[in-house]
Amino acid sequence: MSSSISINGVNRVYTDADGNRVEALHDVSLDIKAGEFISIIGPSGCGKTTLLRLIAGLDKPQSGELSIDDSRIKDVSTERGYVFQQGGLFPWLTVENNIAYGLKARGIFKRDKAKVKDYISMVGLEGFERSYPHQISGGMAQRVAIARALINDPKALLLDEPMGALDSFTRADLQDKILELWKKQGTTMILVTHDIDEAIYLSDRIVIMTPRPGKISSIVNVDLPRPRHRGGGEFLALRKSILEFFELAQAQPQPEYII
Amino acid sequence: MDNAAALELNAPKTAGEKEKPEVNWGYRHNGYFALKLLLTLSGFIIAIIVNIAFPQKAAVEFKTYTLSVFGLNIDLTINDAYIFVLAVLMLIYSTAGIRAFFVKARRKIYCKNAAFRFAIGVALALWDIGGTKLQWFAQPFFPGPAQVIEAYLADGDYIVQNTLYSLRLYAAGFSCGVILGVGTGILIGWFPKVYYWVFPVLKITGVVPAVAWMPFALTLLPNSFTAAVFLIVICAWFQIAFLTAQGIQSTPKQTYEAARILGSGQLGLIIHVAIPHAMPSIFTGISSANAMAFTTLVMSEMLGQPGGLGYYINQSKVWSAYYKVLAAIVVMAVLFSLINHFIGIIKKRTLRWQEGVLKK
Ligand SMILES: Nc1ncnc2c1ncn2[C@@H]1O[C@H](COP(=O)(O)OP(=O)(O)O)[C@@H](O)[C@H]1O
Ligand SMILES: [Mg+2]
Repeated sequence: MSSSISINGVNRVYTDADGNRVEALHDVSLDIKAGEFISIIGPSGCGKTTLLRLIAGLDKPQSGELSIDDSRIKDVSTERGYVFQQGGLFPWLTVENNIAYGLKARGIFKRDKAKVKDYISMVGLEGFERSYPHQISGGMAQRVAIARALINDPKALLLDEPMGALDSFTRADLQDKILELWKKQGTTMILVTHDIDEAIYLSDRIVIMTPRPGKISSIVNVDLPRPRHRGGGEFLALRKSILEFFELAQAQPQPEYII
Repeated sequence: MDNAAALELNAPKTAGEKEKPEVNWGYRHNGYFALKLLLTLSGFIIAIIVNIAFPQKAAVEFKTYTLSVFGLNIDLTINDAYIFVLAVLMLIYSTAGIRAFFVKARRKIYCKNAAFRFAIGVALALWDIGGTKLQWFAQPFFPGPAQVIEAYLADGDYIVQNTLYSLRLYAAGFSCGVILGVGTGILIGWFPKVYYWVFPVLKITGVVPAVAWMPFALTLLPNSFTAAVFLIVICAWFQIAFLTAQGIQSTPKQTYEAARILGSGQLGLIIHVAIPHAMPSIFTGISSANAMAFTTLVMSEMLGQPGGLGYYINQSKVWSAYYKVLAAIVVMAVLFSLINHFIGIIKKRTLRWQEGVLKK
């Protein structure tokens, strides 16, 4: 049901429109255990999306290696589900058909038809089956995207700031939904976020990244029992130490060639 | 009569406003609706009264036509036929009015259209006076409405034949054009190699009006029917291919990626991502190609077909039968509007997922 993922000395350099080199990922290594809930946090531009895309197989590193369950990641696979930062739903398909897409694409829709209903109710979208993406709210759209990714029973689910555009109530709601799904399915979860609270609330470990060049600066273990209480002392202490870490990282003098 | 209607329309409005300002005098009120229904019909009543009561200028003789309906032979003059048509129009609008009476959304539209429908009736009455009764307009170039109807009485079967010919030509040409256009558009949009080699050709030949190819079509193709089909095909083909290709190419990369991760292969990406994404663009192509196809159709019929409405117009012109020319134009207006309407319905159903998107 779940996969371990290992990332080994990965580098990814982009060339921007002016022909400058942008080191999106610099020597990134990370081992993710099967069934683990990992959050990746960091300011924008630190390579979070790039890392997620490499794990998904949507992009390739210039050097280094990524593998899942000891086999190298070469291309996309239905074993690694992906929820895009925004959009990503098929606007011409109803909620129901968006969720059923994976089953149809794999030719198992006839066999697994009943799953569509299960996943619709799992993410609480009963009554919106026939709605089109533009007719539902942002939070609902992200739940559709999550259900659509999960219906393929991926061994790992990659979530790129799925709650970035949501108001705080919807966000807390969706966080609980994700936890619930994770417990039920045991899928390895890799969540990109820039919300420290969210990362502490959800994950087993928090990977902290910093930009220019994008790299992993620190990994924080979150040894708090679930369900976690956002106002709890340990929660707040952890939050404070992560914040301090970022302030320190900011305080460091920036190399000159970066503008 | 219209004055009376206008007076009545105004009177209750002011009265109602004085008594209860918050309640608007509008289409929800039965009285208001009844007045609008009356307004709609009164235009046609005026037209009928004019046709019956207005003195006919001398020196015009009316032929009597015998129509057999269900084995019954009915003798009627063109004025009888004209009044009959007006009566049918009144019946249609009355029925629509009764239906609208019970549906709120329709009520509003019906009330809104009333003034225009009234104007249609008045315009017919004026046309009747100018064209038939007093013959102010130069004859035979501007016949009255009754004479246009005469064309249907005199040439009914022949007009039907020619209409069917046009329809056949259009259906054959346009459906081939759509299929070829969408097909090549997909290839151009999907394969960069095809884009490189075919797109420039399309771009250059696409600006040439299809009828310019007529000399080649007429000499190289086995008969004139296929020649005309060919012309309609190319005028639809280029336009649709162009817009289909654009629609395919503008598909966001992320949408493909989402589909790939969910298990779609190349073919799946084309069928389930690229084509649905291109649909709005494809329909834009179809709509504009459709307008050009009508032009091409009529022009090629006028220039070398043994049938069709364009041919009928040409033939009538030779005999200076302008009332027949007008009759054919009326048929075209109705036929092409119906085709547009039909395409519109298909478009609306196919692009249901877009409804309201643009308004946001
Ligand atoms: N396709 C690309 N072409 C050029 N530069 C890119 C591309 N994708 C990302 N980058 C650059 O790489 C860096 C990391 O980007 P990204 O992974 O999207 O960051 P994050 O998701 O953490 O905000 C940024 O500086 C961004 O501008
Ligand atoms: Mg990002």
